[in-house]
Amino acid sequence: MNKNWPLWEIFVRSKNGLEHRHFGSLHAADAEMALENARDVYTRRSEGVSIWVVESKHITASNPEHNGELFEPAQDKIYRHPTFYDLPDDVKHM
Amino acid sequence: MSEAQQNTNGAERSLSLEEIFEQRIANDEKIEPKDWMPEKYRKTHIRQISQHAHSEIVGMLPEGNWITRAPSLRRKVALLAKVQDEAGHGLYLYSACETLGISREELYEQLHSGKAKYSSIFNYPTITWADMGAIGWLVDGAAIINQVPLCNTSYGPYARAMIRVCKEESFHQRQGFEIMMTLCNGTEVQKQMAQDALNRWWWPALMMLGPTDDVSVHTEQSMKWKLKRKTNDELRQQFIDQTVPQADILGLTVPDPDLKWNEETGHYDFGEIDWDEFWQVVKGHGPCNKERMNARVGAWERGTWVRDAAMAYAEKQQNKKENQAKAV
Repeated sequence: MNKNWPLWEIFVRSKNGLEHRHFGSLHAADAEMALENARDVYTRRSEGVSIWVVESKHITASNPEHNGELFEPAQDKIYRHPTFYDLPDDVKHM
Repeated sequence: MSEAQQNTNGAERSLSLEEIFEQRIANDEKIEPKDWMPEKYRKTHIRQISQHAHSEIVGMLPEGNWITRAPSLRRKVALLAKVQDEAGHGLYLYSACETLGISREELYEQLHSGKAKYSSIFNYPTITWADMGAIGWLVDGAAIINQVPLCNTSYGPYARAMIRVCKEESFHQRQGFEIMMTLCNGTEVQKQMAQDALNRWWWPALMMLGPTDDVSVHTEQSMKWKLKRKTNDELRQQFIDQTVPQADILGLTVPDPDLKWNEETGHYDFGEIDWDEFWQVVKGHGPCNKERMNARVGAWERGTWVRDAAMAYAEKQQNKKENQAKAV
């Protein structure tokens, strides 16, 4: 038998109030082992209070070659930002 | 879009993919796994990152040798934690390397077959407890000098791994220096032991920073890709300049009769490095090359059934879950 352990992506919440952040990846036979390994590999110095593991194959990523279509339309929509609107200086609290 | 932006975009369209890529690196932009990159960039990064990962993994062996014989519980937990960190560093780096489209299996295969190299310093033996001090102080010291500039390297996953590695590395060096300090403040025999370890590790530590600039084949390209921010000779000088005063504090003598402070350059002058020895060790003829590879390959092979069993168990659990779901 020669089945390699699949790859998992590891997300760690460093403290309550913060979101889980991608920390890296590792190999493990199943989700439970991925959690245990993630604890040893990524939180040896109290870096986390919560861990998520996701098998890498379940992540769908956008293709950087399509970044133009995906992200450029936002660039000319400056009216979505508060500074687009002209207000006199003596208007306060806005 | 402003007119200026349109112009730059228009100009970029006429550039080749490779030129755009080089420009991004020149602008200090990071390259991420799915971005287009020249084949040579990918290959060079696989080579360097995997070499680095292999060094962490093989680097556990000379120190693992002393865990059971550490002189106190304090020393033992520290050494254990250090070796565990090295396993962790290896894992950060292997997974960074895998983002370049090479599997963990292939990486191990390259190490085990001797196709991939690891740092030549780990082919020297650790014959006394003082070697644990000298390794932490000198080997980790040299590693830090090598690694800190890599936190800004152009390949995102490598840079992120290095930031984590560097944060953890300084404890390694400090615990090594503390071991040396304690020995130097001990009996005459203990002090001699520390001196002997320095004598044996000093030159290999200098070699660890790589061949001199005039013969280093990868330096120029690597500097361009920010895979290297300083040349080997610059790093070596920096290491010597900061380590010699530390040896003075310990009251030890650096084993180089030509070592002398140069008031004019503001650096230490140092003696000739025995590069024949370096190349001998790199080519596999160091004192422990065989022993290290046997230990590594043996551990991997003896672990096969464990890895297979874990996989079989995971599949069994998965099937059980699926069957239960069907039954409902």
